Amino acid sequence: MSAEDGTAGTDPDERESRLKAYQGRPAAVARMGRDPVNLPMIRHWCEAMGDTSPAYSGPDAIAPPTMLQAWTMTGLSAYTGRADAYAELLALLDESGCTSVVATDCEQEYLRPLRPGDEVTFDSVIESVSSRKKTKLGTGHFVTTRTDVRVAGELVGRHRFRILKFAPTAVSNSAPEPDSQTAPQGFSREAAESATEDASRSSTARTGSGARRPRPVVNRDNEGFWQGVAEHRLLIQRCTACGTLRHPWLPGCNACGCLDWDTIEASGAGTVHSYVIMHHPPFPAFEPPYAVGLIQLAEGVRMVSNVVGVPYDKVRIGLPVRAEFRRYEVAGAGAGELDLPVFRAVEGEG
Amino acid sequence: MRVGAELLPLEIPVTRTLIVAGAIASRDYHDVHHDAEAARRKGSPDVFMNILTTNGLVGRYITDHFGPTAVLRKVAIRLGAPNYPGDTMVLTGRITAVDGDTATVHVVGANGIGTHVKGTVTVTVPARVPAPAPEAAP
Repeated sequence: MSAEDGTAGTDPDERESRLKAYQGRPAAVARMGRDPVNLPMIRHWCEAMGDTSPAYSGPDAIAPPTMLQAWTMTGLSAYTGRADAYAELLALLDESGCTSVVATDCEQEYLRPLRPGDEVTFDSVIESVSSRKKTKLGTGHFVTTRTDVRVAGELVGRHRFRILKFAPTAVSNSAPEPDSQTAPQGFSREAAESATEDASRSSTARTGSGARRPRPVVNRDNEGFWQGVAEHRLLIQRCTACGTLRHPWLPGCNACGCLDWDTIEASGAGTVHSYVIMHHPPFPAFEPPYAVGLIQLAEGVRMVSNVVGVPYDKVRIGLPVRAEFRRYEVAGAGAGELDLPVFRAVEGEG
Repeated sequence: MRVGAELLPLEIPVTRTLIVAGAIASRDYHDVHHDAEAARRKGSPDVFMNILTTNGLVGRYITDHFGPTAVLRKVAIRLGAPNYPGDTMVLTGRITAVDGDTATVHVVGANGIGTHVKGTVTVTVPARVPAPAPEAAP
């Protein structure tokens, strides 16, 4: 149990036993499906799935069995009479920092087909709440519910559903963690890495000295930028009042003073606006001489980072570059590997 | 139906339309399945397919293979790498057990990131009932 799992001030053992107390409690009692089984919803489902089976149309149509859960969903209109053990449990997990949710397992058993006109009722029970687990997505708890679906009192299907309620792994401690069990693969970082064949991303940049780079300072004003970097995206802030782009990230707009902003993703294309060659003094983890560029991004803002892919003494103003992400070992709390944006000279141009 | 038999792969382009249409058809209005900005705020690079759609696609894969008389008995899936727009998921399947007219099929859905889904499906395929012979004219 770590101190930074978002639950400072509560006794983990006490919280764990509070969570476990929900096992076996009802999550829904004698609830009724919003609509009877019907052909229009079946058709919408089949269209979405590209399912052309003749079993789901015509006078003897049945509902696709895998649609079982859809008949129990409340949809956009909130259900007000929820059996509140489940809502309470989710709120308790929210409080402990596990605010994100992802479905991990769905096990269904179909005892008889559902037909148009069938009115579905269902009961759910909280089957289990796991202890706190470390996963690639972050630390959290697996919550499993079991739902019995009936028509006119007859059991027609059974549905076991597992979600992970988790505290997303913050960018600032995104060092890979060992998985304690099979869990959904993490968003973004793994995705971006394994989706590309770029060798510079799969090897960790290290220096001969074995020293680690200082960890970037992530704070409330710039965490969105580093979140983007973790996803291999360069995000530029945009003032929602006047549209002015800005970088580095700031709380407000320099042009109009407005505090509201959103982001756009940079294409990664840019040119060297200016540069310096670092010879001295040498810092641990940096090996002079190297080029530090002030890069004019195609979108119009400027960003400082290393220029790579070209000898340091061949960097020139106007040189076309493109952003890429390189993995470095970083020091500090939660030391590990971090992907950082650098700018590679674009060959055959300039 | 024999143990070890492989099903033909099914390639499913994971479009934004499929993700949204599947979420809405399954009545799942969680914003991470239709609102890219909301998904990004929650730490996902884009919208991603909901588990009900994955479940529906796995079911379709099996009934497409075994034909319209096939009856799904059980579908159990576990999700791995998310299905994001622009990816392609390739479903493959292998029959791992046969008991009379009921088969157990192990299904894997791989995308550009890794394994999106692993699952086991139990399906009954009734033996063809021969058509009754026409009665002799009196």
